[in-house]
Amino acid sequence: MLKLTPFHDRHVAAGGKMVDFAGYDLPVQFHGIIPEHTRVRTTVGVFDVSHMGRIEVRGKDALAFINRMTTNDAGKLAEYQAQYSVLCYPDGGIVDDLVVYRLPDCYFLVVNGANNEKDTAWLREHLSGDVRMDNITDTQAQLAIQGPKAEAVMQKTCSIPLAPIGFYWAAHCEIAGVKGLVSRTGYTGEDGFEAYFPAVSASKVWEAIFAAGKEFDIEPIGLGARDTLRMEMKMALYGNDIDKTTNPIEAGLSWVVALDKPEGFIGSDVLKKVEEEKPSRRLVCLEMQDKSIARPHYQILAQGQPVGMVTSGTLSPSLNKGIALGYVKRQLTKAGTEVQIDIRGRAAAALIVKPPFYKHGSRK
Amino acid sequence: MANFPSDLKYAKTHEWVKLAGDTATIGITDFAQGELSDIVYVEITAVGKKIKRDEPIGTIEAVKAVSDLYAPVSGEVIEANEALKDSPANVNKDPYGTGWMAKIKVSDPNELKNLLDAAAYEELARKSAHH
Repeated sequence: MLKLTPFHDRHVAAGGKMVDFAGYDLPVQFHGIIPEHTRVRTTVGVFDVSHMGRIEVRGKDALAFINRMTTNDAGKLAEYQAQYSVLCYPDGGIVDDLVVYRLPDCYFLVVNGANNEKDTAWLREHLSGDVRMDNITDTQAQLAIQGPKAEAVMQKTCSIPLAPIGFYWAAHCEIAGVKGLVSRTGYTGEDGFEAYFPAVSASKVWEAIFAAGKEFDIEPIGLGARDTLRMEMKMALYGNDIDKTTNPIEAGLSWVVALDKPEGFIGSDVLKKVEEEKPSRRLVCLEMQDKSIARPHYQILAQGQPVGMVTSGTLSPSLNKGIALGYVKRQLTKAGTEVQIDIRGRAAAALIVKPPFYKHGSRK
Repeated sequence: MANFPSDLKYAKTHEWVKLAGDTATIGITDFAQGELSDIVYVEITAVGKKIKRDEPIGTIEAVKAVSDLYAPVSGEVIEANEALKDSPANVNKDPYGTGWMAKIKVSDPNELKNLLDAAAYEELARKSAHH
């Protein structure tokens, strides 16, 4: 039985093409991935991300616990600051990627919907000391309001000035009169916010945001455009670009791996070694040189020999060309390196390029 | 629900066929374009080749995924719709008109009897739609 988010009826009414995603019945698109993608790049769109897993962690030892479980240093977080981070297995493989917020009364973790149960069990297994964990996914709604006009829209519905909230910072406020949390975060490369509020008030908040965004032709955006938007920014997707067989160093996530944390963290010994010896492969951006589109699991070749594997691929609606993410041998990761991708038996030329693919995002 | 003109024949693999003399014009159905969405590239690989019914004659790239185009009838692929190179979205906008994909010189017109009529195909499409 598929789970429904608090906005399910609205997606169906808006003509959403519904699919099973992370066990939820969610819209993959409304009137087209390309126009929805363009809407977010040009004005503003709204994603129902209520399927994401939301976990509160509190107690005297909450920080020590989070620092042992995650790769980034949660000790550096100021109140209302957020950080991107990773949960690793002892072998350095990735359990999940997540956002960690430090709120006044707890740490708040937002994990991938498909990994919510797995992560909750993994965290629970490692609980020690004075730490309490509450999974609040089912009682809370989450929307991502993304695009260059996101702040203009959200400012009309929020009770506090949003301009002072920096990238990866949050604040408690009223959204359409409903108490909630807003943060300047997202998965699109555009400026934007994520809003967390009680599921029972979902309709009220949705209506207020759409009324506020009418002048910018605000639209609901499906999972299809969420995928193309994140790919253009080289943002990793768990299950495609990262999983238990990849480590955060080779995935290009060293910037959220604090190897200098004095107590270490699960996986830190292995990751230290990977960092010192350099990973054997790295996640790179690939731009197709003809009209082909690479897809996950297609082989990457150099001089006819396999040198890696595509993990995500699509047509970039912004660039109107095929783009892909994939792992290639470290020696071949330099921007400008020419490789080929085996597109159903044909070796199509691809160029390794610097991230991100799309360089005009409004993200501050 | 999608649109299914009654003057066309349909394959279970979601192609439509319109026969004029011994030339069949083919494309994908309105239902199929809706399922694929955002078609960005159509490549007919079999132009000039003799093909059998149900063989792949090309590929259709949508933003989300790639799929094969199958020959709904046997014969020789004599033409591909070159206009789709610049305007692949025609398949989404006008699947039975400017979105046509290829022309096949039919080797056995009797084969068309194996195809579905509009009502039968609509029934199949309805069952294939999971929502």
